[in-house]
Amino acid sequence: MKRKLLSIVMASAMTLSLVACGGGSASTTQEAPAEASTEEKAEEPAAEEKTEEPAAEEKTEEPAAEETTAASGDLIKVGIINNDPNESGYRTANDADLKARFTEENGYDASFAYSLKNDEQIAAAQTFIQDEVDYLLLSAADTAGWDSVLKDAQDAGIKVILFDRTIDADESLYEASIVSDMAKEGQTAVDWLASQNLDEVNVIHLQGVMGSAAQQGRSGALNDKVAAEDNWNIVTQQTAEWNAEKAQQIVQSVIDAGTPFNVIYAENDDMAKGAVAALDAAGISHGVGKDVIVMGFDCNKWALEELLAQNWNYDGQCNPFQSSYIDEIIKTLESGGSLSEKTIIMDEKGFDAETITQEDVDNYGI
Amino acid sequence: MSKQINNKEESFFKKLVGNQLFIPLMALLLLAVINLINDPGFFKITLGTNNAGFPVLSGYLITILDYGSELGILAIGMTLVTAASGGQDISVGATIAIAGSAMLRILCGGNSRPTELQAPIIVAFLVACVVGMLCGAFNGILVAVFKIQPMIATLILFTAGRSIAAWINNNELPIVPDPKFAYFGGFIPGIPIPTTVFIVIACIIVIALVLKFTNLGLYTQAVGINENSSRLNGINPTFIKFLTFVILGLCVAVAALIKVSRLSTINYSVIAKDIEMDAILAVALGGNALSGGKFNMWASILGAYVIQFLTTTLYKFNVQSDALAAYKAVVVILLVVFSAPKVREYMGQLGKKLSPAKKEVA
Repeated sequence: MKRKLLSIVMASAMTLSLVACGGGSASTTQEAPAEASTEEKAEEPAAEEKTEEPAAEEKTEEPAAEETTAASGDLIKVGIINNDPNESGYRTANDADLKARFTEENGYDASFAYSLKNDEQIAAAQTFIQDEVDYLLLSAADTAGWDSVLKDAQDAGIKVILFDRTIDADESLYEASIVSDMAKEGQTAVDWLASQNLDEVNVIHLQGVMGSAAQQGRSGALNDKVAAEDNWNIVTQQTAEWNAEKAQQIVQSVIDAGTPFNVIYAENDDMAKGAVAALDAAGISHGVGKDVIVMGFDCNKWALEELLAQNWNYDGQCNPFQSSYIDEIIKTLESGGSLSEKTIIMDEKGFDAETITQEDVDNYGI
Repeated sequence: MSKQINNKEESFFKKLVGNQLFIPLMALLLLAVINLINDPGFFKITLGTNNAGFPVLSGYLITILDYGSELGILAIGMTLVTAASGGQDISVGATIAIAGSAMLRILCGGNSRPTELQAPIIVAFLVACVVGMLCGAFNGILVAVFKIQPMIATLILFTAGRSIAAWINNNELPIVPDPKFAYFGGFIPGIPIPTTVFIVIACIIVIALVLKFTNLGLYTQAVGINENSSRLNGINPTFIKFLTFVILGLCVAVAALIKVSRLSTINYSVIAKDIEMDAILAVALGGNALSGGKFNMWASILGAYVIQFLTTTLYKFNVQSDALAAYKAVVVILLVVFSAPKVREYMGQLGKKLSPAKKEVA
C-alpha cells in the first residue's frame, strides 16, 4: 500500500516537473494551438471580412495553398521553432521581433515552440506538421538530424524557412535560409582591429560554446589573422561558453599570471562584460585611448552604451531582426513568386566607440 | 621500547588518515606542491589599485578565496542536506537563478534599466532569502513528507528553476545601476580584501555557533544514521530533513547575492551553471558519506576551496575551460574508488601486512 502510494506520488511529481518546466518556457506551444483554434472559430467571420481581398488574390493565384489557408480562416498558419528566449539578449530580441511580426493583424496565425535541444525541436516540428501549418520557421539548435522531419514536412506540402541558423540538410528541403554571416562578422571585427595600427596585438580570446556557428565564424577570422601576422599573438584562447562569470575567471587568471595583453576579443557582449569586471578589479584601464581594447559582439543596448561612454572600443552586430525578411519571403511565395536565392545574408554593422551615436544605440541596441 | 614508539607512530598515522580533514588537506597540499614546482609566483599576493582608485589585493590565492566563496557557502547547506536525507539537492544552481532574479526584481522594480534603486538592498536580500527558503521548503516537503528521493524531488526545480527565474523578470535582464550593489561580489572601497571572504567568514561563524549551541548537528546525524531509531528517541526526522533543506535555501540566497552582485546583472540560463555538481563534490571531497549520517562541516568547506583551487590551477595551465569537467570527473572517480568498502578493506589488509614487516626492520 505504502509503496503504491509512493509510486503514485513519484509519478505525479514527475509529471508535475514536466508541466512545471513547460510552464516557463514552452507553455505557448501547448496553449497556443488550442487558444488559436477557439479564437479562430469565434473570429472567423470577422477575419474573413478583414482579409477578403488578399485572400481572393491568393485563391486565384495559388490554388495549392487554397485548402490550408481556407481551413485556418484565411490566416497564414505558421509554426515557429526557436531556441529558448532566455538563452541570451539576442534570442530575447529575436523572439520579440517574431512575435511582433506574426500577429493576426498581419494575417498570421502563429504558434511558437522553444527548446535548446534538437530532439525536442524535432518533436515540436512533427506536432506542427500534424497541425497542418502552412509554413514552418526554424532556428535549429543543432545542425544535424533534420532530414527526415523536413522530408515529412515537404510531403505534407509545408514550406520550410530557416532563420538565424543553417542546418546540414539538402537544399531542396527548405525554401530559404536567412542567416547572419558569422565569418563576415568576425572578419569585420578583425579588420577593425587591424585598422587600429597597434605595434603589437596581444589578444585574450574568449570564445563562445565550441562548435556553434557564431563561435566558428568569429574565431576563424581572428585565428587566420594571428597565423598571418607576426605581431599578432594570442595570449590565451578559452571558451567561456557565452558566460560572463567564466569569462571573468579566465581573464582574472591571465591577470594573476602577469602576462601582458592589450586586446580582449570576446565573442559576445556578456563575456566582454565579465572580462571588463576582471579588468576593473585589477585596475587595468580599458576603452578608447586606454591600455586595453575591449571588443564584443551582438550589440546589446547596454553594451552599445558602454561604447558610447568609451569604456569599450568595438561591438559587432549580429542582426536578430529576421522577421521582416521572412515576412517578405512568405508574401512572395503566397503571391506565386519565386525567390532569387536560397540563402539570404542580412546586413550587419560593426560599431566603433569613436563614431557611435545615441541614435545608433537606440536603433541597433537589442 | 621501539615497539612503543612504533605503536605511537602508528596511532598517530592512523589518526591522521582517519581524520576527515585528511583527504581535503592532502588534495590541497598536492595542488599547492604542483603549483609551487611549476611556478612559485603562484603564491605571490600584490597590493594594487582598482579602476575606482581603491587599494585591492590580487593574486591567485586571493582569486581562489574570492571565487570559491559561493561554493563554500553552498557546501554548508549541502552537507546538512546530505547528512540528514542521504541524498543531494541538485537544484541549487536553478534556485540561485530564482533567488537572484527575485532580488533584481525588487531592486529594479520590474524595470530592466532603472536609473536608481527602487528598494534598499537589504529588503531585496531579505526577499531573496525568503524565496530561497521557500524553494528549499518545497524540496524539503517533497523529500521529508512525501519521502521522494532527494535527487528526484530536486529534479523538479532543477529543470523548471531557470524558466521560473526568467518569468519573475518577464524575460528581461535587469542591470542594477547602483555601484554599491557591486560591493558584495567585489570590494568595499578602502578594504583590499574581497567582500566575499567576509561573507563566507560570517556564514561559517553562524553555522559554527548553530552547531555548538543547538542540537542541529547531533539530530541531523541521528536522522541520517537511522531514521527509525531517532524517531524512537523523540526526534522528528521529517522536521529535521525539512529544516536542512530550508537552511540550504538560505545558503542559496546568500550565494545568489554574491553571484548577482559580481556583474550587477543576471543571465538566467548560465548563472551558477553546474554549481550543484561542484557543491556535491565539495561534500564528497570533505570525506562525508553521500549516503548520509556523520558529517564534518569544516571538511566540506575546505573541499569547496580545494575545488576552486583545482579550477584556478587548471585555468592557469591554460586547460580548455570546457575540459574542466573532465578533470573534476577524475577527482570524483578517485574519491569513489577510495571510499568503496572493497578498496578500504583491501587497504586495511595491506596495512596490516606491511606493519609487521616494519616492526621487524625496527
